Amino acid sequence: MITYNPENHLKVIAQVEARMGERLLGREEKSHYHQFKVKGQDAKDLIRFLREEPSLAFAMFIDLTAVDYLRYPIAQPERFAVVYTLLSPELGVKAQVKAFVPDGDPRLPSITDLFAGANWTEREVWDLYGIEFMGHPDLKRILMPDDYEGHPLRKDYPLKGRGERGNFPVYHASTQRPKGEG
Amino acid sequence: MTGSTNDWTTTTLNTAINWARANSLWPMPFGTACCGIEMMATFMAKYDAARFGSEVMKFSPRQSDLLIVSGRISLKMMPVLQRIWEQMPEPKWCISMGACASSGGVFDTYTLIQGVDQFIPVDAYMPGCPPRPEAFLDALMMVQEKAKKGQAKSQEYVTSDEASDPAKSVAFRTPDTHYRHGVDRSTPEHAHHPVTTESSPAAGDLK
Repeated sequence: MITYNPENHLKVIAQVEARMGERLLGREEKSHYHQFKVKGQDAKDLIRFLREEPSLAFAMFIDLTAVDYLRYPIAQPERFAVVYTLLSPELGVKAQVKAFVPDGDPRLPSITDLFAGANWTEREVWDLYGIEFMGHPDLKRILMPDDYEGHPLRKDYPLKGRGERGNFPVYHASTQRPKGEG
Repeated sequence: MTGSTNDWTTTTLNTAINWARANSLWPMPFGTACCGIEMMATFMAKYDAARFGSEVMKFSPRQSDLLIVSGRISLKMMPVLQRIWEQMPEPKWCISMGACASSGGVFDTYTLIQGVDQFIPVDAYMPGCPPRPEAFLDALMMVQEKAKKGQAKSQEYVTSDEASDPAKSVAFRTPDTHYRHGVDRSTPEHAHHPVTTESSPAAGDLK
């Protein structure tokens, strides 16, 4: 049984700060977990450390999502952020890793070799945000149609689309002139 | 169906056929959202669509006369809906159930079809979010009235000129072309707020 133990947060913070050093951009205390902010290329290193360090043992992958900070009022290091949530059944705490990726070249290493459950969530983030996960075994669209162009959850994507809603064949009524009506 | 001759026998036979068709409309359910639940309620004992001869829910389009589009239709679902409509034998009718199927409802977004009547012929529209089963029965009776007269939207005659250009067709609403050539809001002015060195936070500011 997993019991929430807030004192273990200090253990996690100390370990992560010792490991990452300068590469840790910052951390933030959330309601009942801590968020560690790193650059995109450092994310996999931190996640592997959290998972494989025996005293931490973040063995469970909870979720992966992304944020687009375009036109966000508070300045952020980069435009996109990929957010990983992990759970340590051993310590009874959650940890979140927020990896910032730049606008021009949004890519970062895939973690599917660490957590197989990240496969579909990485596909979803790629589909909707256009963030590429290098090393993903099968990076293709999962929600939108295969021939869709663009990444609709980006803030610069028009809400009503680019006319994809109108691109279907129209099934007409009959073009055969009825018999007996001229 | 359309009165091929004025012969007395043929007319009477057509009337009999139309009467039989109107009282045995076999629905093809296409429930994609909460309207589907109301549709199921209509077919259950309390509202009992069997009174109208429509109790046989055929999950095969090849054995159905009446397509019930109940729920929102997304970009990915529309080709499926059109394939099902193609597979149904004529004469066939279509009910657009609820606000989403009829107009997109509150979901005016990139992925939702703003009314299935842009792309397939619809005989009866049903307002509501979701509609009550009484509204469903009302729409069903409207389709029955059309069937008794031998009418179906899918068999209405349009000229080939109208058919080649849906915008000219009086039988259909114009498709959603407004945003196809509309304002593209992905202009560079909104592209990415530049993170200058002054506004860029130092590593310590994030803590």
